[in-house]
Amino acid sequence: MAMTMTQKILAAHSGRESVSAGELILADLDLVLGNDITSPVAIKEFAKLGRDSVFDRDKITMVMDHFAPNKDIKAAEQCRLCRSFCAENDISHFYDVGEMGIEHALLPEKGLVTAGNVVIGADSHTCTYGALGAFSTGVGSTDMACGMATGKAWFKVPSAIKIVLTGSLRRYVSGKDVILRIIGEIGVDGALYRSMEFTGPGLASLTMADRLCIANMAIEAGAKNGIFEVDGTTLDYIRTHGGAEPVIYKADEDADYDEVLTVDLSETEPTVAFPHLPENARIFAEIGDVKIDQVVIGSCTNGRLEDLIAAAEIMKGRKAAKNVRVIVIPATQRVYLEAMEMGLLKTFIEFGAVVSTPTCGPCLGGYMGILAAGERAVATTNRNFVGRMGHPESEVYLASPATAAASAVTGRITSPWEVAEL
Amino acid sequence: MKYNGNAIKYGDNVDTDVIIPARYLNTSDHKELAGHCMEDLDKTFVSRVKQGDMIVAGLNFGCGSSREHAPIAIKASGVSLVIAKSFARIFYRNAINIGLAIVECPAAAEDISEGDTVEADLDNGIIRDITTGKEYKTAPFPEFVQKIIENGGLMQSVTNGVI
Repeated sequence: MAMTMTQKILAAHSGRESVSAGELILADLDLVLGNDITSPVAIKEFAKLGRDSVFDRDKITMVMDHFAPNKDIKAAEQCRLCRSFCAENDISHFYDVGEMGIEHALLPEKGLVTAGNVVIGADSHTCTYGALGAFSTGVGSTDMACGMATGKAWFKVPSAIKIVLTGSLRRYVSGKDVILRIIGEIGVDGALYRSMEFTGPGLASLTMADRLCIANMAIEAGAKNGIFEVDGTTLDYIRTHGGAEPVIYKADEDADYDEVLTVDLSETEPTVAFPHLPENARIFAEIGDVKIDQVVIGSCTNGRLEDLIAAAEIMKGRKAAKNVRVIVIPATQRVYLEAMEMGLLKTFIEFGAVVSTPTCGPCLGGYMGILAAGERAVATTNRNFVGRMGHPESEVYLASPATAAASAVTGRITSPWEVAEL
Repeated sequence: MKYNGNAIKYGDNVDTDVIIPARYLNTSDHKELAGHCMEDLDKTFVSRVKQGDMIVAGLNFGCGSSREHAPIAIKASGVSLVIAKSFARIFYRNAINIGLAIVECPAAAEDISEGDTVEADLDNGIIRDITTGKEYKTAPFPEFVQKIIENGGLMQSVTNGVI
């Protein structure tokens, strides 16, 4: 029976020769992830089982990133609960303030995920690790609790959409533009319950930062997971970040796909998703004069070093438009340090931006850049739902780091192509 | 299981950020979460929802964040059942895992109006709109999912040795 890449990984993790779409399976987990918001609920559920220990202390990770450094007393209590649980259970990979980063930037960087893994995380953007050739998906806190106790999770084996990438990206166009364009095409439930499998000759031109960004937003099309075929770029990344030995699964030539979508990277343009859904994607020919109040560059989608480099390239020697607040958030401590060593932080500060410690903060309207009623932000984050970054009457426009930086220069939503020509 | 209540109706793509805004995620207290349920979509929900009421919604209900606080808030509000044209997958499994009753039924979700009295018998796969007299058939849950539901959720299934 021919299988997709995802199906092969799931078969191998459920002790079967093959699985087919629609089957329900129990899969063995290589890693279980939680954060400071979702873990407290999981810890309470886990306690109900009355077990002495977790299934494997090396295969559980908790990252304090959403409301940490603690934004208020309640957030502090939640982090404390996670901290004591991890101490009591001797969890190997607990990341607190000082060594933490935004979870989906941190785990690949720490080499905690490798190709062929099955990973669940109590965070919807856990699908990010598909960029490393892993089956990785977001779940809730109860699934996390069950995973911590048993090392297993139940899944309905998904069918898939094959996305064939051709060509290569033009200057100032990135993975973010690609995924916004795809979501614009198939809609926020276009891949509901299914895998998005990325392959094709265009793959070779995409950096790991591009791939991580694309896989990260598979959930915004409703997908169960986004996954990239493993190539030399993937293997180099896993090796240089100290990941475990990769196991490479390749979709069968005759695997059955619900749909095949071809995306020519060289035709992709800077793209912006208008409020209040990520599917409201527009290219600049369709964008008029939209004034903005804030720019956020960061998040699990676009807070990697490559993203900061792209933003700094536009900002260098320029100044932020008057009345635009610019917030730059390196996704991890390592990204922060490297950005400092490269002089990027100086560029940001001279531009008029603030640079913050790693946190999910503003992306989900937590803290560090909440919007007032009627305010608009261009953000390199992943969701632009009603009230996502603050007041229910505020607006979020999703874009790439280059587009966000260009918009910070002019004070209106602006293509990096326009600013680069100035 | 049988359910009976009045319909509270919403559209497509109701996301978990509007079901329970992130500014309230610094707690996991069920009652506190219920106190802010649907706040950014419908400020009247908390004051008008009654024990047993049903949410009837369009496509992709519960999309976005994986926060289990969303089905918890809905369940703690007194909602007995969510009927939708389709559910986002994480919300779907979270609801099953915590024991919030949900059912996909595009025809019922389309037809049922705000305030209609609705009866559902999920064991026999029937939804009845008492107000209009119309009846709808629902597909049964897959056997494995049914087992989790019968065991009272995922953690109870683990305790009972089902998983």
